[in-house]
Amino acid sequence: MDIDLITNVLYAMIRTGTPLLIVALGEMVCEKSGVLNLGQEGMMLMGAVIGFIATLLSGNVWLGFICAMLAGVLMSQLFAVIALGLSANQVATGLALTIFGTGLSAFIGSDYVGKPIDGLGVIAIPVLSDIPIIGKMLFAQDLIVYFSFGLFAAVYWFFRSSRTGLVVKAVGENPHAANAIGLPVMRTRYLAVAFGGAMAGLAGGYLSLAYTPLWAENMTAGRGWIALALVVFATWRAERVLLGAYLFGLASILHLVAQGLGFAVSPNLLAMLPYIATILVLVMLSRNSGRSKLYTPASLGKPFHASS
Amino acid sequence: MLVKLEPRGQHSRKMAYLSPVLAGVLTLITSGIFFFLQGLDPIHALKTMLYTPISDTYGLAEWCVKAAPILLCAIGLAVVFKAQVWNIGAEGQLLIGGLLASSVAVNVIEAEGIWVLPAILLAGVIGGALWALLAAWLKTHFNANEILTTIMLNYIALNLLVFSVHGPLKDPNGFNFPESAMFGDASLMPVLIEDTRVHAGILFALFAVAAIWVLLSRSFMGFQIKVLGLDHSAARLAGFKSKRLVWVTMLISGGLAGLAGAGEVTGPLGQLVPQISPGYGYAAIIVAFLGRLHPVGILLASLLMALIYMGGEMAQIELNMPVAITGLFQGLLLFYLLACDVLINFRVTLPWLSSQKTTAEQVN
Repeated sequence: MDIDLITNVLYAMIRTGTPLLIVALGEMVCEKSGVLNLGQEGMMLMGAVIGFIATLLSGNVWLGFICAMLAGVLMSQLFAVIALGLSANQVATGLALTIFGTGLSAFIGSDYVGKPIDGLGVIAIPVLSDIPIIGKMLFAQDLIVYFSFGLFAAVYWFFRSSRTGLVVKAVGENPHAANAIGLPVMRTRYLAVAFGGAMAGLAGGYLSLAYTPLWAENMTAGRGWIALALVVFATWRAERVLLGAYLFGLASILHLVAQGLGFAVSPNLLAMLPYIATILVLVMLSRNSGRSKLYTPASLGKPFHASS
Repeated sequence: MLVKLEPRGQHSRKMAYLSPVLAGVLTLITSGIFFFLQGLDPIHALKTMLYTPISDTYGLAEWCVKAAPILLCAIGLAVVFKAQVWNIGAEGQLLIGGLLASSVAVNVIEAEGIWVLPAILLAGVIGGALWALLAAWLKTHFNANEILTTIMLNYIALNLLVFSVHGPLKDPNGFNFPESAMFGDASLMPVLIEDTRVHAGILFALFAVAAIWVLLSRSFMGFQIKVLGLDHSAARLAGFKSKRLVWVTMLISGGLAGLAGAGEVTGPLGQLVPQISPGYGYAAIIVAFLGRLHPVGILLASLLMALIYMGGEMAQIELNMPVAITGLFQGLLLFYLLACDVLINFRVTLPWLSSQKTTAEQVN
């Protein structure tokens, strides 16, 4: 394997892992507050299509990203109203959000399939990006990748050192106790869901505005679900989400590596790798049920009804 | 607050049956408004979607053809969902069923005899059941969340299918199209009504509905499944083998989804193509909830879902709408259903109304 190939594989690994990282960090915050939103895939698709259309119509990719995030937030609030406001089953509501988002995005985007836009450009940081092997991977990316590094740091700090992070954790572990000492349980949960929605929208926008950059029906291809699994493997810890997202990024681009090395394997078979990897890692990490229980936010998925 | 939710204290049976109807009406109203905003006559548009497709004999026949796979998947899901096992993988199980059935069928194109079709269908059932059992095994032995594993298995199944029609199962005389050879006559489902595509698979679906009804309401196994779903620890205390129940329910659900896939390739399609299913396995999840996990409810709900699929196609032809409108309808329906289901356990009260009343009473 020559240096160029390694450099390019690492670069592509980060790019492919970025949307996973963003959506998984958003979902992690949401789950820490005790809310399980299985609608990531639907929110990502809506972010992708709305971001794409906004960019195509305005010619401004940043407006596209903002609209993508707004779309994600709106979708997440639809979930919040039903799952939190009406205390409906979170699993079913999340599934509904994915089905709805898949349908709505395909509907809205049907006129925009295959239209070209100018995707987000790469900004190479002088000097640093010339470092061999890791320079291109870390310092010659687009702004959203840099943002995702910052997002990771922010989420890490948030749960480690901030007071608000503690509030979110308290609400997720024991909403009744949190309510009893006067913490705003519902408001915290609504905001956590909204943050998850914004990140899912952004991750979707990244796919349609920077990664591809195109809109195609169902273009997220299960990334929202992989991100949900990622949060479980990572035992709700940001640093492990980061690691997991890049490992999955690597698994998703192995077909490029195989091509680079001259192997002839069916692209359809290699396309299965991230999904197979998800199952394998899930199996390895869930084996010990005591360990999973220890890390899972105690009230995850359970509706909260203040009995005051 | 404008409205307040007050716990009923008990489950309202009336609301449980009323909620799907209410959800349907709300979906109709919302889509009417949506069509109006698109500059269409809402009544005409809804009629085009929900009545025109089934207004003639051909349409009625197609309705049955479309409903059969949805019904098979959904009735299987009723069993797993009753046990609170979240099999989201009916889509993948259907695809693997179709794939395995086809891999038998392309090898017996020249064969004749009545054993051919049953062998193909059996291959489909086994394929779907094995695909589901994989998730059951991962759940019972490794504690892996079945929602995530079944979804991942859906994507893997789709890739396997696409791989197969591009590779091992591709028709050698097919001008390089990603399709299998056309199946032999002995491999095709017998047509029940002349000049239509109504095939014997519909009878399988109806038989499955009856069998699942008996299983759930008349058998000890059905009782165990329900107890497991209602209270896991009660089932354990009663000595029910919960792991075995997870396996059995997944086996039933996967086998029926596999049969649905086999029925598609040997019925309306007659060969293996990449697009066996426009998301029947996902639609079946909505159908199972909408039908209250009850066989009769599921029968009605799958007819509705099949109609929505046909309506989407009709809207594309007649109203120039994207066919994706089907997914939009499905999502709306499920959302409204979940919202209306709140009424089963909660009563909606208007605090401002009652407080006015109490003040008025106090004044008097």
